[in-house]
Amino acid sequence: MIRLLAQAWAIAAKDLLLEFRSRTAFLSALVFTALVLAIFNFARDPTAVSAVDLAPGILWITFSFAGMLGLNRAFGLERENHALDGLLLSPASRTALYVGKTLANLVFVGAVEAIALPLFALFFDVPLWPVLGPLVLVIALATLGFVAVGTLMSSMAVNTRFAELMLPVLLLPFLVTPVIGAVQATARIFAHRPFGELASWLKLLAAYDITFVVLCTLIFEFTLEE
Amino acid sequence: MAASASGAAPALEVAGLSKRFGHVRALRAVDFELEAGESLAVFGPNGAGKTTLLRVLAGLLKPDDGTVRFGGELLVRGNAEHRRRVGLISHHSLLYDGLTAAENLVFYARLYSVPGPRAAAARALVGVGLEERAADAVGTFSRGMIQRLAIARALLHDPEVMLLDEPFSGLDQAAAATLRQLLGRLRAERRTMVLVTHNIDEGLELATHVAIQVSGRFVSLGPREGDLAAYRTRYAAATARHD
Repeated sequence: MIRLLAQAWAIAAKDLLLEFRSRTAFLSALVFTALVLAIFNFARDPTAVSAVDLAPGILWITFSFAGMLGLNRAFGLERENHALDGLLLSPASRTALYVGKTLANLVFVGAVEAIALPLFALFFDVPLWPVLGPLVLVIALATLGFVAVGTLMSSMAVNTRFAELMLPVLLLPFLVTPVIGAVQATARIFAHRPFGELASWLKLLAAYDITFVVLCTLIFEFTLEE
Repeated sequence: MAASASGAAPALEVAGLSKRFGHVRALRAVDFELEAGESLAVFGPNGAGKTTLLRVLAGLLKPDDGTVRFGGELLVRGNAEHRRRVGLISHHSLLYDGLTAAENLVFYARLYSVPGPRAAAARALVGVGLEERAADAVGTFSRGMIQRLAIARALLHDPEVMLLDEPFSGLDQAAAATLRQLLGRLRAERRTMVLVTHNIDEGLELATHVAIQVSGRFVSLGPREGDLAAYRTRYAAATARHD
């Protein structure tokens, strides 16, 4: 178990170091985020729909598509010099590879969300501070499920001819449940509803996370078979 | 291929190996044995199934039929201990251009759970004469330097069996000479090696045994006998018969 975690951490640290050096996916995700928020901000009519009603949907559209840019990168960088063969040749287990990639993706998507959230508050004039605790909980739960499934789909898409196009096609159907759960929970948080009203959506997100983290870990090795 | 004096199992034993991709038969009942320290050069034209043979030996591909044994132990795909026994040098470096030479090796040392990964990486860099470029990104290296670093990567975990896939591909004469020197050292260390290439001029001097592979089948296999010219003639005849 310790060896598995050490190998997973080595893979995650390598991915993050490569991204830190190039910043390609991170900057793309941030530019995309700022652009989407700006467009939605100027496109909406504040007299017709209040910001609080629109905000949850816009927030999760932004998070989902910005996150996908990072997920594409996860296995894309292993195509360089056939580095994926190097990983598969090593005694590191496929589970370590999946855990490592998922960890790196969680840090990547989390960093994008951490920068996107204040931007979102700025554009939509939503006070974040009073709702930060429950909002972070919802974001953490939804992001875990999104990244767990996204990492698996990224490994499936990487060997296809149009990997960047394949990932959204494979991933989006699986995102319906966590995105609906996250939007509903976020809407109740912004509307200052009691915590009890969130509970069912939080349970849905937690159940999704448990199911898909376990499932994706188990089936990951089969996605790498030639 | 010589019978072991101690009666120990061969270092590498391949029996009836077959692999098919759709209607293409990439490997057809390939058999051979190598004792420790022996090296087999497999020559064959493009599409002969040479890379497929190495990928099966490395455990990256599952054969449709046949077995691979290391020191008498059956290769089981997914078995970490078996993967630890093999080192692969390919015409792809399997390295990350964005990492430095040292970072690449430390990363692989961690994956192989090599004790003291930083020290092991430093030793490996000295072994291929790249210690002065340890802190430089691989993306800035020449093809020859990348290939030397790829050798260091493949040797980090001290494998018993080395698999070499077109290792001279894309190298200039000076880099090829350096690589030949490094591979000669591996042979002197009595590592078992399988080298595949389409270029008969390369690798012959490193081999104790030679095979010619055409359309997935070994059409010739035996100890190295004769000079380069003799093998060129044999190779031309073998490939012409199967055209």
